[in-house]
Amino acid sequence: MNRRSPATTLAVPLLSRVPPVLAPLTFVRLRALLFVLALLPLARLVYRGLVGELGANPVEFVTRSLGTWALVWLCVTLTLSPLRWLTDWAWLARLRRMFGLFCFFYASLHLTSYVGLDQWFAIDAILKDIFKRPYITIGFAAYLLLIPLAATSTNAMVRRLGGRSWQRLHRAVYAIAPLAVLHFWWQRAAKNNLGEPLVYAVVIAFLLGLRALRWWRERQGSVDSRANSSSMVSR
Amino acid sequence: MLIRRTRDGAPSEITPQVVWKKRRALVQSAAALGLIGAVSRLRAQSAQPRKLDAKPGPFSTMERPTSFDFVTSYCNFYEFGAEKEDPARNAPSRLRTRPWMVQIDGEVRKPRAFDIDELLKLAPLEDRIYRLRCVEAWSAVVPWVGFPLGELIRRMEPTGNAKYLEFTTLADPKQMPGLATHVLDWPYVEGLRMDEAMHPLTLLTFGMYGAVLPSQNGAPVRIVVPWKYGFKSAKSLVRIRFVEQQPLNSWQRSAPSEYGFYSNVNPSVDHPRWSQATERRLGEDGLFVRRRPTLMFNGYADQVASLYAGMDLSKLF
Repeated sequence: MNRRSPATTLAVPLLSRVPPVLAPLTFVRLRALLFVLALLPLARLVYRGLVGELGANPVEFVTRSLGTWALVWLCVTLTLSPLRWLTDWAWLARLRRMFGLFCFFYASLHLTSYVGLDQWFAIDAILKDIFKRPYITIGFAAYLLLIPLAATSTNAMVRRLGGRSWQRLHRAVYAIAPLAVLHFWWQRAAKNNLGEPLVYAVVIAFLLGLRALRWWRERQGSVDSRANSSSMVSR
Repeated sequence: MLIRRTRDGAPSEITPQVVWKKRRALVQSAAALGLIGAVSRLRAQSAQPRKLDAKPGPFSTMERPTSFDFVTSYCNFYEFGAEKEDPARNAPSRLRTRPWMVQIDGEVRKPRAFDIDELLKLAPLEDRIYRLRCVEAWSAVVPWVGFPLGELIRRMEPTGNAKYLEFTTLADPKQMPGLATHVLDWPYVEGLRMDEAMHPLTLLTFGMYGAVLPSQNGAPVRIVVPWKYGFKSAKSLVRIRFVEQQPLNSWQRSAPSEYGFYSNVNPSVDHPRWSQATERRLGEDGLFVRRRPTLMFNGYADQVASLYAGMDLSKLF
């Protein structure tokens, strides 16, 4: 946790005025503020719907906007842990579940918009889509994987599963994130219009890459220390 | 402004009754839908383009025309970008529609180039309100202005070898930022069989909503073939070639399993990646409206079904 690169060593003094542990009230306020902030994209859609500013193809607009925001909250969720390593702000970890749930919330609305508003609950057409259109297959798979994570997001569920297996289960997000990007990528691929999906692909690859790097270093570290202890005599 | 402020104008500048009535209906329908912001933009835009004198033509649908604002802001014109809003953002400031020449050659007795203003006067212009069905399963109703392509074809005196027409869209990287992306092989090429091109529904189109075409909708001249998916109606034409062999249209070249030469609107033949059975009408089918069924030949079966008698349309899609 304290292994830092030179860049982080430089960054940390600048941010050192923020305490690693927030007073309970400060944290609750911060979380409430972020909660309201995360609802704004939905509020914007509702407002535009009410004043008739959803454009020529409202269903397409709403579905795409909700999908994009699900992806944004996913990126935010995945940013919190690397940010915590960087800053030692322990309270960041306590925001992960909220943003994860916002990802699930927007993904649910995204799916509902497709199933309800676009397909009008025509189950046969939807099933055909899921099997015939790879990007829908992938998006649906990503959503299915999100469900157990959302379902186990309460404190009671964390206790019931035990910290370790809860954490193991929630590593499913490392599969969900690439699937979500692939869903977006594939949807745009037909037109070769990949600028936006590329941004998300780079962000997700970076965030997952940080984890891989850290995991590899930790593994290296433990191998090194074992190697050191066994080679002590010969040294 | 919808109503001209008094200024000593020529009688030819007076908006024809058909046009203002249509506009008035348009504004009312948009207002009825609560599209207040859209209407103000519609007014701002419809004030500028040059009006075209036209008489009402045949085959017009009684359906309500889609708002000018939607038809001009939700476009597929990949030469100006792949997103729906890109053409409206990029085309008006970049596309130079004057001077503009259209080369007409191939299997004709008198190949020649037309200046756009000469081509425009070749035959009397007509108002034609057509349904437009995009291959992406959305649709619109557009009041076009033009004359039947057949008028031009007859004057060109095609030879006996002329079996198809090939249409080529401008491909100028200086004017068209979308050419930098390789969505398709540029220039955009489309084609029609001679009997399709000669069909009275097929319109050589110079305007819409009573005025010249906006750049993002294919100015200064395009084809409109209302019973085929929208991509068959090539925009911003620089060449019409009469040929013996069936042209390889751009989308077929790019994805032959997904797009054919004919591309007739057909609710019973799905696109490999989505259903064509239903569609969503721009500006009308709001958030809580069910998709409407797509009609065979986009509702023009009475006029065109005989062109395809005996053909297997699931194979020749």
